[in-house]
Amino acid sequence: MSFQPVKFYQTGTFTVGNRLLPPEERSVQASAKRFNSINSGHRACQGCGEALGARYAIDAAMEATDGQVIAANATGCLEVFSTPYPETSWQIPWIHSLFGNTAAVATGIAAALKVKGLSQNPKTRVVAQGGDGGTTDIGFGCLSGMFERNDDVLYICYDNGGYMNTGVQRSSATPPAARTATTMAVGPEPGNVFGQGKFVPAIAMAHNIPYVATATVADLRDLEAKVRRAMEFRGARYIHILVPCPLGWGTPSQDTIKMARLAKETGIFPVFEAEHGEIKSVLAIRRPLPVEDYLRPQKRYAHLFGKTPALATIAHIQELADRNIRKYGLQARKEGH
Amino acid sequence: MLKQTEGSRAVAEAVAMCRPEVICAYPISPQTHIVEALGEMVKDGTLSPCEFINVESEFAAMSVAIGSAAAGARSYTATASQGLLFMAEAVYNASGLGLPIVMTVANRAIGAPINIWNDHSDALSQRDSGWLQLFAETNQEALDLHIQAFRLAEELSLPVMVCMDGFILTHAYERVDMPTQAQVDAYLPKYVPRQVLDPGEPVSIGAMVGPEAFMEVRYLAHAKQMEALELIPSYAAEFKSVFGRDSGGLTHTYRTEDAETIIVAMGSVLGTIKDVIDEMREEGHKIGVLGITLFRPFPLARVRESLQGAKRVVVLEKSMAVGLGGILSTNVRMALSGLHMHGYTVIAGLGGRAITKKSLHGLFRQAGQDALEPLTFLDLDWNMVNKQLEREKAHRRSGPVAENLLRDVGVVAARNY
Repeated sequence: MSFQPVKFYQTGTFTVGNRLLPPEERSVQASAKRFNSINSGHRACQGCGEALGARYAIDAAMEATDGQVIAANATGCLEVFSTPYPETSWQIPWIHSLFGNTAAVATGIAAALKVKGLSQNPKTRVVAQGGDGGTTDIGFGCLSGMFERNDDVLYICYDNGGYMNTGVQRSSATPPAARTATTMAVGPEPGNVFGQGKFVPAIAMAHNIPYVATATVADLRDLEAKVRRAMEFRGARYIHILVPCPLGWGTPSQDTIKMARLAKETGIFPVFEAEHGEIKSVLAIRRPLPVEDYLRPQKRYAHLFGKTPALATIAHIQELADRNIRKYGLQARKEGH
Repeated sequence: MLKQTEGSRAVAEAVAMCRPEVICAYPISPQTHIVEALGEMVKDGTLSPCEFINVESEFAAMSVAIGSAAAGARSYTATASQGLLFMAEAVYNASGLGLPIVMTVANRAIGAPINIWNDHSDALSQRDSGWLQLFAETNQEALDLHIQAFRLAEELSLPVMVCMDGFILTHAYERVDMPTQAQVDAYLPKYVPRQVLDPGEPVSIGAMVGPEAFMEVRYLAHAKQMEALELIPSYAAEFKSVFGRDSGGLTHTYRTEDAETIIVAMGSVLGTIKDVIDEMREEGHKIGVLGITLFRPFPLARVRESLQGAKRVVVLEKSMAVGLGGILSTNVRMALSGLHMHGYTVIAGLGGRAITKKSLHGLFRQAGQDALEPLTFLDLDWNMVNKQLEREKAHRRSGPVAENLLRDVGVVAARNY
């Protein structure tokens, strides 16, 4: 009998082939029974990567817990665009306290559920979420504390590389050379400086927490799978999702997925998962591309491509991407495998 | 049951009897003994079910309590001084969200200069945070107020701060009457939250509120606090019927009936003041004291009623509004609006400076003759102050103030107090 292996991607395209899969293997969003945890009608910008990422992530968490998720949310775009009261997009219990305390609020919720016996039966679980500012900067102390105590919280960071809600200022997740309102494209080294910033997934791993993963909105099935995997663990878990921001990046709204894919394919953003501080798998680059392909379409890098292109700066960014490729073993795999 | 014990231990045992479900702890003197004792009770299983969480900062302590209270758990923490300031953003958030958290503040000065000793600057800095604030005079009252605080917080859905003088109360071994678990259970009903994060009935908490409703939300916070003015006396009366003693309430008066001079104060210094008043009464001075137990909401009507028969009011406070004078005295003055009487503000005991009977005798005598300055700093060493002012006049680069003064004072043990 001949056996036709199911290919996740059609050869030569990036189209996710849900229709080739049996219903139980299809994505959460493909199901008519998806939870719509963040319902339509919210006020995110067109092409918002964070709205997309949050929708997939939270619905996947809901599926994994039979609809028993409580969310804590940091101040930021996601909080503002989802709750223009009297309207709220949230179909789940949801709390916003402050900008910098989301991980701690989630710890408190998890403690309450545990003490009341609700974390076991029914299995109510806690998800905390924030942008890169609320996670890598102002909320970092509370985040590290939650990790270190191994509190039973899944923290999701939607990283768009800056404080987009307040008008595109630099965060510690803003990439080098990027123009923001506080790292303007002026002076001898225009844009954000090199040699600063932090990659919180690596710091999360250093806490030896049960599960750390990165994802992008270009691979939504991978994102769902990682959320599902995260919910199989008890204790602190962290998922860092790259979510392009058309406003802050200066990219067309319809190119959000494409930009996320370019970030992954150029090695700019490594996609991997780690358990207890050790990397378990990486999403390999499928078609290696120069970083220029990722940088050029973004207005925040426009100063690199003026009359005299900043070749040295572009080369420096290429070095950083190459280092990611080496460090995380992202080497391109041959198509079809 | 009568017991000779440390103030912190007594409070910890009282809090444990209130069956808190989540306790968050971050060390800061002088509140540490309270959470240490509670941590031990949770770890050895005496206090169960309860989650004891060692957090990484006071900001996290209040934030964890926000999360646990919003998820329906009775939540408690304790702090002091810099810790209270570090959590300030979350302090306002807890009351804004209407979460009935109870927190002990072991009152301590605020730096710089860093100082671990007692005054009321920390709690009073949060007077407008929307928390109810109770001040204990004795260790007995400190433990009793905690039991009343949970009842009050949960009835009103507002957080309550129980303030007790750092070291003077927290570290003092005194006789206290420990209640029984049955008494506390009879007094304190189960926590039934007004709002709870429940997947069965999802709600969004903490949405942005614009000009269309913000004023009304804030007004309701005020109206809720005003309700406490009615509730607190009835809770204190009920407390007396269950536990057999007077504790709490809005204020306490002592020998004020025919008093021409009334002192106003908060906290443990009331004990010293009462001793001085007894002695002065024997000499024929018509003097009494009004102790403020409830600072927020401020019992304006009760304070006015207690003071209106006096010729003069001396507010003795362990806090200071820099550039204005007193904090408590400003509140008292509001209660006395329109009345004609002498009013004096005395700043005393900052950073643990001892408030002695001797100094109080002199102060109250001066007040009785209306010979006090409107704003007086009790036992201020003018030599030290003037020396520094001279130095600043003489040298542009006169150096750090606190360190200059310490150098002038010399080794403290050598000083003739």
